[in-house]
Amino acid sequence: MTQTLPETTTTRESVVGKPVDRVDGTAKTTGEARFTAEFSHPDLTHAALVHATVSRGRITAIDTSAASAVPGVVTVLTHHNAPALKSPRKVTPTDLSTMASGTSVNYLNTDEVHWDGQPIAVVVAESALAAREAAALVRVTYETAESTVDFTAEEPAAKPQKNNLVMQGSAKKGDAEAAFTAAPVKVDRRFTTPPLHHNAIEPHATLAVWDGDRLTVHDATQSIDWLRSHLALRFGIPTRSVRVIAPFVGGGFGGKGFIWAGTILTALAARATGRPVRLVLTRESVYRTVGGRTPSTQRVALGARTDGTLTSLIHTSVTRLGRVGGTPEAVTSQSKHLYAAENILVRQNLVELDLVSNAAMRAPGEAIGTFALEASIDELAYELGMDPIELRMHNEPERNPIDGKQFARRHLREAYRVGAERFGWADRTPEPRSMRDGRWLVGMGVASAFHPSMLFVANVVVRLSVDGTVLVHCGLQEMGMGSATVQAQVAADALGVPVESVRVEYGDSTLPMAPGAGGSMQTASVANSLLAACEKLERKLTKLGRSPQESPAAVLAREGLPSLEVSVGSDTRLGRMAGQLRFMSKFLMDQRRWMKAALGAHFCEVRVDPDTGEVRVSRWTASFDVGRVLNAKTATSQLKGGIVMGIGMALAEQTLIDPRNGRIMNPSLAEYHVPVHADIPPIDITYLDEPDPTMPLGLVGIGEVSITGVAGAIANAIHHATGKRIRDLPITLDKLL
Amino acid sequence: MRTFSYVRAPDVETALRTIATEPNAKFLGGGTNLVDLMRENIERPDVVVDISRLPLTGIDELPGGGVRIGALVRNSSLAAHPLVRTRYPVVSQAVLGGASAQLRNMATVGGNLLQRTRCLYFYDEASACNKREPGSGCSALGGFTRNHGVLGVSDHCIAAHPSDLCVALAALDAEVEVESTRGTRRIPLTEFHHLPGSTPHVETALAPDELVTSVELPAPVTTRSRYRKVRDRASYAFALVSVAAALEVRDDTVTAARLALGGVAPKPWRATEAERVLLGAPATEESFRSAAEAELASATSQDGNDFKIELARRTIVATLRDLLTDRSAA
Repeated sequence: MTQTLPETTTTRESVVGKPVDRVDGTAKTTGEARFTAEFSHPDLTHAALVHATVSRGRITAIDTSAASAVPGVVTVLTHHNAPALKSPRKVTPTDLSTMASGTSVNYLNTDEVHWDGQPIAVVVAESALAAREAAALVRVTYETAESTVDFTAEEPAAKPQKNNLVMQGSAKKGDAEAAFTAAPVKVDRRFTTPPLHHNAIEPHATLAVWDGDRLTVHDATQSIDWLRSHLALRFGIPTRSVRVIAPFVGGGFGGKGFIWAGTILTALAARATGRPVRLVLTRESVYRTVGGRTPSTQRVALGARTDGTLTSLIHTSVTRLGRVGGTPEAVTSQSKHLYAAENILVRQNLVELDLVSNAAMRAPGEAIGTFALEASIDELAYELGMDPIELRMHNEPERNPIDGKQFARRHLREAYRVGAERFGWADRTPEPRSMRDGRWLVGMGVASAFHPSMLFVANVVVRLSVDGTVLVHCGLQEMGMGSATVQAQVAADALGVPVESVRVEYGDSTLPMAPGAGGSMQTASVANSLLAACEKLERKLTKLGRSPQESPAAVLAREGLPSLEVSVGSDTRLGRMAGQLRFMSKFLMDQRRWMKAALGAHFCEVRVDPDTGEVRVSRWTASFDVGRVLNAKTATSQLKGGIVMGIGMALAEQTLIDPRNGRIMNPSLAEYHVPVHADIPPIDITYLDEPDPTMPLGLVGIGEVSITGVAGAIANAIHHATGKRIRDLPITLDKLL
Repeated sequence: MRTFSYVRAPDVETALRTIATEPNAKFLGGGTNLVDLMRENIERPDVVVDISRLPLTGIDELPGGGVRIGALVRNSSLAAHPLVRTRYPVVSQAVLGGASAQLRNMATVGGNLLQRTRCLYFYDEASACNKREPGSGCSALGGFTRNHGVLGVSDHCIAAHPSDLCVALAALDAEVEVESTRGTRRIPLTEFHHLPGSTPHVETALAPDELVTSVELPAPVTTRSRYRKVRDRASYAFALVSVAAALEVRDDTVTAARLALGGVAPKPWRATEAERVLLGAPATEESFRSAAEAELASATSQDGNDFKIELARRTIVATLRDLLTDRSAA
């Protein structure tokens, strides 16, 4: 880190918004940055998982003799010899870390099998290769029980999702069914989306070391704090006895937000063997033990007057949970907020299956919900003979459609105007199959992006030193978004110091607690507390008689102080509980008062081969209304990343779960097709940079919004190119033949 | 992966002697398929005989206009070779259509001939597979069959051969030279791979003690040839359908046609029915369509790969049309 000399004056240009280079850029490009799998420890052992191959039943025999005989094997842990673990707790609103457990299964403490892939044994060996070789030699016999694994077959029997404080299972305004029946123009469509997996480049990994009753874990996690609380709970030790370290995480997308078997079992294996254990999941083990995005079936019914005014918007969904855990996805969320329909009905339904629990994956709910809604809006535009953007603008609401709340900020009209101009929407001829480039059929489509904005509690400590440097302590997590970089920018501006003199220490549970990196809320939440801390520091400096022209460091030098430290929030048990309560009350108050969201407009051009149905995305422009942007470089990268992931979801990605037995059949990146470079066109990102007046610094989270709407824009462009409406993802070429 | 012993063969003779005396040995070329399969516990050799340093890396012109390609020529070298690019564009394009640059730098011609299927159930130890474990059944039947065959399949196995290069070689009448301590023999590429019948575990004509030493291509009937690969993403995916084609047209009449299909059969599928229809026929889209119909007439499909029949027809027509209209392909 560059250290600079104390400055004597504080007049400097703001760095917030500037394309500041990542503070960890060099470390990552040189390989100096260490990820969990790269940490070692004296006397380290290595683990591998054995997975169940039936979807439900009981283990009647487990033969570990061949596995134990492999040279280098230390032990094979099964439900016969594994130490006791406490069961995960039921979710309680006063302790949100109770939401952390991926499943309710007490691994290796039961002979019950709840899904095909559940870990039923762990091999610990002197090398990772020996552990894997031995894991393949464990022989298991089962007494199988009847299981339910086929989503398509079970979907008609889905039950309504109940409302709770955080998520509505249903909502309505007026009588949408009656309005739909009466509408002169209507569309009523069914959509399906497949199960998906996150596929972060870094597989889940854990290194666990016990020292008496103290546990230290390196873990590829999105939520250091939840993991710490959860491990303490499962092993029956005080939270302060657990330390979690995760300085660098190679992507998560929600898959590392919950705590899955691998992490628990590594700590268990270390406890059982009395030696440090490292487990790096194979890609197959990631698929089998970490939940992914639920499949969905959705109905969208839209009724309109002939001028395009929406009189009815109905959006219903069915998704799945695991019988042993999972959280519902807010599939219909955007449908309550995007259009000024006179009558609205949304309803989410659930089925429970004997599969690994589903897990949040980038924009859980909205990523797939916007596909159905935005494709339906496009269909309605064609029914009406209207331009799809014009139809959207005609129904652009002044207040939140479902409940009339005020928007904290909404500039979707402007986002469409800017995007359309950059993309060249005016050159589009609306007739399907009317545009060609040689033999290629060319199509253009649009869709809106939507993701709600939230704030969570974060604790920070800020220390100003007499040499002019500023140290920020916060247990935030960095998964590649640029978290430390942008917080350094926030502190630099708030204190009037150069960004190079701010250092952010993060990724360790010994630091003040931060929220998990999820729900697009880490950056704004931490910035909120960091600003408060900087204000406190400013007040202290003022008390020390700081003159307007005096730099912060100069005040300390004058007073003979080596440093000055302030903190926001408390990491004591009571302090944390108080923080959570403050958060919940503010959250609920905010929810009553404002509708806050990140918004955007996607413009996409596709080429379709008329012989083979191959689809190539050839151009992309996305125009976002995401409040104030902290760092033009990292924000653009993150927004692009979501679009790339959305292209994968639209055209190729699908977890193949055999409906006959619930087994995942493509647990590898060879057969689960994420986009490759050749699938991705140049992506033009623009944002309005209009601050949100209700958020700290005007910030709105941007981690998830850009994946929403992508599949809709592509489906709409494909219809424009070919005349075909494909309502089932992924849109593979066979659907276009 | 199981523990195995590793030996590096200094010359062909030692390689052949070793494989003849070790009952469960495998040759290691580029390792791009074998090592994968070992990691998945599908291949479980006791001994791995590394042949990657044997002097089988030449690409030589033969009297009469053919080319002899050493079995250890890397895919990337093959695709870039001027003789291959000018006389057999279809070979160069097929190789570049496969895998990634890194894999092509490792993969060898001999290894490509012995690539094993990408059937999801073949790769999954918990599933039944007659190829992996003869007599255990076939979980692919009634399962996910998107990358499975529609031609030449049996009730015992519907897996498709995944190679791109082999499709081009099949179209061009390549011959494979193999050697063992018993001597040398030549096998036409189209007879090198077996159809599954009731013995899907017997995949090739190669005996366990034989080593592929080279592949020979006869002089091309035409240098107007191309490879078209249709897949689920723009790169780095196996073919759903691929077509290797060479076409010679005089006075609007087809005077020579070579056609082979990939992704649709348990072996690289030489489209002899289509060639028969094409030869002497007017070089029109109608003829191409008739040829494609004739070739696919015997196709059988599952729910998951039914589309391949029409996709194969269309890809044949499109490839031939491109060869006809794009003069620059010559």
